[in-house]
Amino acid sequence: MATSSVSKGCFVFKPDFKKRKISVPIEDYFNKGKNESEDSKLRFETYQLIWQQMKSETERLQEELNKNLFDSLIEFLQKSHSGFQKNSRDWGCQIKLREIPTAALVLGVNVTDHDLTFRSLTEVLQNNVTPYVVSLQAKDCPDMKHFLQKLASQLMDCNVDVQSKEKESVQVTQKKIPYSMDSLSTWYMSVTQKTDVKMPRKKRTPSQWQSPPVVLILKDMESFTTKVLQDFIIISSQHLHEFPLILIFGIATSPVVVHRLLPHAVSSLLCIELFQSLSCKEHLTTVLDKLLLTTQFPFKLSEKVLQVLTNIFLYHDFSIQNFIKGLQLSLLEHFYSQPLSVLCCNLPEAKRRINFLSDNQCENIRRLPSFRRYVEKQASEKQVALLTNERFLKEETQSLLENLHVYHTNYFLVLRCLHQFTSSLPKYPLGRQIRELYCTCLEKNIQDSEEYASALQLLRMLAKDELMAMLQKCFKVFKSSSEKQLGNTAKRIEEFLAQFQSLDAEAKEEEEDTSESQSKGLQKTDLYHLQKSLLEMKELRRASKRQTKFEVLREQLVSFIDSLAREYLLLPETQPLHEVLYFSAAHTLRQHLNAAPRIALHTALNNPYYYLKNEALRSDEGCIPNVAPDICIAYKLHLECSRLINLVDWSEAFATVVTAAEKMDANSVTSEERNEIIQYPLKSLLQCPSKHTE
Amino acid sequence: MMSKLESKEDKMLEVQFVGDDDVLNHILDREGGAKIKKERAQLLVNTKKIIKKPEYDLEEDDQEVLKDQNYVEVLGRHVQESLKNGSATDGGNKVYSFQNRKHPEKMAKLASELAKTPRKSVSSNLKSDPEITIDIPQCSKGHSASDKVQLKNNDKSEFLSTAPRGLRKRLIVPRFHSDSESEYSASNSEDDEGVAQECEEDTNEVILSEQIQAQNRVVSAPVCKETPSKKMKRDKTSDLVEEYFEAHSSSKVLTSDRTLQKLKRAKLDQLFHKWMLQLHLGFNIVLYGLGSKRDLLERFRTTMLQDCIHVVINGFFPGISVKSILNSITEEVLNHMGTFRSVLDQLDWIINKFKEESSLELFLLIHNLDSQMLRGDKSQQIIGQLSSLRNIYLIASIDHLNAPLMWDHAKQSLYNWLWYEATTYSHYTEETSYENSLLVKQSGSLPLSSLTHVLRSLTPNARGIFRLLIKYQLDNQDNPYYIGLSFQDFYQQCREAFLVNSDLTLRAQLTEFRDHKLIRTKKGTDGVEYLLIPVDNGTLTDFLEKEEEEF
Repeated sequence: MATSSVSKGCFVFKPDFKKRKISVPIEDYFNKGKNESEDSKLRFETYQLIWQQMKSETERLQEELNKNLFDSLIEFLQKSHSGFQKNSRDWGCQIKLREIPTAALVLGVNVTDHDLTFRSLTEVLQNNVTPYVVSLQAKDCPDMKHFLQKLASQLMDCNVDVQSKEKESVQVTQKKIPYSMDSLSTWYMSVTQKTDVKMPRKKRTPSQWQSPPVVLILKDMESFTTKVLQDFIIISSQHLHEFPLILIFGIATSPVVVHRLLPHAVSSLLCIELFQSLSCKEHLTTVLDKLLLTTQFPFKLSEKVLQVLTNIFLYHDFSIQNFIKGLQLSLLEHFYSQPLSVLCCNLPEAKRRINFLSDNQCENIRRLPSFRRYVEKQASEKQVALLTNERFLKEETQSLLENLHVYHTNYFLVLRCLHQFTSSLPKYPLGRQIRELYCTCLEKNIQDSEEYASALQLLRMLAKDELMAMLQKCFKVFKSSSEKQLGNTAKRIEEFLAQFQSLDAEAKEEEEDTSESQSKGLQKTDLYHLQKSLLEMKELRRASKRQTKFEVLREQLVSFIDSLAREYLLLPETQPLHEVLYFSAAHTLRQHLNAAPRIALHTALNNPYYYLKNEALRSDEGCIPNVAPDICIAYKLHLECSRLINLVDWSEAFATVVTAAEKMDANSVTSEERNEIIQYPLKSLLQCPSKHTE
Repeated sequence: MMSKLESKEDKMLEVQFVGDDDVLNHILDREGGAKIKKERAQLLVNTKKIIKKPEYDLEEDDQEVLKDQNYVEVLGRHVQESLKNGSATDGGNKVYSFQNRKHPEKMAKLASELAKTPRKSVSSNLKSDPEITIDIPQCSKGHSASDKVQLKNNDKSEFLSTAPRGLRKRLIVPRFHSDSESEYSASNSEDDEGVAQECEEDTNEVILSEQIQAQNRVVSAPVCKETPSKKMKRDKTSDLVEEYFEAHSSSKVLTSDRTLQKLKRAKLDQLFHKWMLQLHLGFNIVLYGLGSKRDLLERFRTTMLQDCIHVVINGFFPGISVKSILNSITEEVLNHMGTFRSVLDQLDWIINKFKEESSLELFLLIHNLDSQMLRGDKSQQIIGQLSSLRNIYLIASIDHLNAPLMWDHAKQSLYNWLWYEATTYSHYTEETSYENSLLVKQSGSLPLSSLTHVLRSLTPNARGIFRLLIKYQLDNQDNPYYIGLSFQDFYQQCREAFLVNSDLTLRAQLTEFRDHKLIRTKKGTDGVEYLLIPVDNGTLTDFLEKEEEEF
């Protein structure tokens, strides 16, 4: 079956009988084409397990982070709707009834994530406030007619869920109703009346609401046409008393945009309240915190990979979704490419798996660079045992893995602790966010870095209350983790806290001392004595400074933190078997997520050597190797004179370049040959200009 | 000590493996490709030539010297081969047809044998071959160095060829006896095969480990920009050079294509499996890079998708539209005979259908997703929505330089792309074959670039005339009843602007415009000629802006 034709462009292929398309389980794709023996099935299962956990964790996080926002939104909806409920005749309410309650939801520029937020918002609203939630997008509503049509059809669909019996009739009538606000409000009346009757039986959640409001969500308020918005708002404000509408604007840029889009006459019909969603950077921090800076998930990213992912996030889209996608891809790549990733699971399970490792896998362990380095450090008989005895190797691997897990628990505790100390320093030498600190720690030994030195320097200058606050937080961090390994440290920190507190009393006494001496010094009035006493005081102060208990204590604290960092914040590369848990192929990731097709095209045309690796193609700037692919030659000739190229000249030049090497006189080339040569650039020509004329 | 030794050995081994792999590739391309071509030609001629053929297989330089010996060997092998095939008595056509199928594999085997030898020669003839030993430590330093080694090895393939010949002799000797002891030889040949396979497996494994190492090394050596997939591509493209030049000399590409398929099947298979995996996990795949990616996608289709429902969409086909894509899905895939009010309705219906039936799976292969007809915002939105479905898998290729600009963040998240670089350097034969086709109706609309190009070739006066017309048309763009500028008015305006001095000059200019399809003339109800530019107003505005920038 051919896939080219002059009459059609779509070719459908269906396997002969339907039963044959019983889909191959995905695992098969995971292990096919690779060695079967490397536990690929188990690896794939582990991948799926971890990914599922990570996914549900992120969803949970999302929910948690949105909860505040949603709660306040719901509160607003209930409050604003109560006016309609009361139906009071009071003048203030009457005025207020003219205004459509509106929630302006500032969501930030990470447009891709909004969908998810809106989806969960709709869900929450439908569960808690009203069944009538409609969300519209700008691209569905180019004009008023479509707008109302969409609104009505979605509203009726909402309703259909409630009364499924009438589904058919509703759908039939749908096409005939001329959509207008009038018809909508009559529809609303009829529906609410009906549900009123049913209500006691059905026990709807907001049962005290006789007429639930209609919530209209405009997902991307900025891209709506102003005219449509204005008209809609004006019309619906007229109908507000019979059609209780509440608007929610999704705003990506800034709240000012509402006033820019709508003239005063229209915006005065709205009663706007502003809601700000959590910034995506904070969101990222929490996600990282819960997914990577934890021992819950064994999978870890190396520094480069983390950099790539955060860079894509910060410089391209601010999208958490994409970040998660990158994480998924790296997880997949890790399990796909590293046979030993089978051990990338929780510790007891990993230990169990080690016992079942095949010989091949043992060989793989021995081949790991980090393991080799570890072996080299051992005594010679142990080396032999490690390299020859499988059982011994497995035992050793178990203990190494355990060490690795312990290393991680300590690492993250100390990292958080250090972050508490450095995150509020002036100028943030080690970054504001914990992810920046984490990145520096992964990149190199932190104690060697200049930033670290300057951070310690700054710590040495902090005042007592600041230090105390930090210590408190730090103490909380240690307390929150139930791990025993660093119990000592927690105790030390507590001691420090106690010492600082006890300083208070002493400090007061000292202060009294100094004030006494000051008052004494000020008694004398003549200049010489005054100067002298001032000098004395200065010296005294300097001396006392050197001896202050607080300073000593502070010095102790700083060196304590330093020692913690030195001891626990080691590079992961120094740990044996780190390859099992760390994914480091940053380049693959960048290539698949953040590709540069332009550069690829350019290199392919300009420097075919890069791809073809043929020595003959290696050339200096400016000269054209005649053996290069035709398209490259044609492209370079095109560059020579790119504006209006004469086709004949071009092909002549092309022929010259190509034939020059064959040591043939251009004249001796038969016309037939030349024709053939010329054909090639002509074919490529058709593609070429479209590429670089723009 | 021990470990050090081992690690050293390991390193050495790695190095040699790299070399082998590349030598293997190289020899396979260079000789395998050439051989098969020759062989194909010869198969049609007669038996004698077939028997002689393996002479070409071996190094042609040494051909004269070894002619006799080879001849005998070849005879022996040929007999033995036919024995193995179980058709010793059969001469004639059957054998040929059989061989015709078998040969590519034999070539591969032969080549892999050849490929194995250099390693041996390296390890045994260390002293005789100083250059290679020098290369080895370089190799371990980094990837870029190893590339050099490959190349050197390539250059030295003639030099190394002595060793393979020796080995061949050794290998063939037992076969030579096979005339008398057929059973023995059979087992022997199996051994041989085993060795060859082992060798292949070996290299495969090495490729894997090498890939992993390459990945690890990426961190330290920014020079080596290779990742497995890309490397594969690159290897493949190195074949393509050879293929390319063959294609150049004789325009038949088919033969060399075949070898490529045979040789790279394992690697491609792995890649295809990875694609399938990623597609199933919710990603969609897009291929970019110079050269037609149609063959690659076709191969993917034929190897992986035989048992699945799939739709191939030629984006480069001038008559393609989203509507036709959706139609083929609804009508042919889902067997739905009804009609839809709009494209969006149809899309909704498809989406619902696929959501309901989770067992339904559909692969969409789109060649040139960035083609003229599909690059529109709406089309992309619809395709994106399709591809975001869990059980629709999309794999597409793009060629245009600015193709990624089609997608904003929202669309990109719909598509959920994984990018794969596929620089193939192959011709866009199929893709461009529709250009200027008589069978296809040209839309006749002029894009901005061609407008600029044509106008640039005209005189300033002609440009001025044209600009006048554009301005008039833009001034009237809100008028729905605008039918054009009447010739008389136009002439008046041109005269006032000192652009023409007579009726005739203006007419001459207009003929030029008409030839380039820049204007259209219409007779009004009153019999007056009206001039109209058949280009949409947006393009015209852009054009004017550009012009003003330049002059």
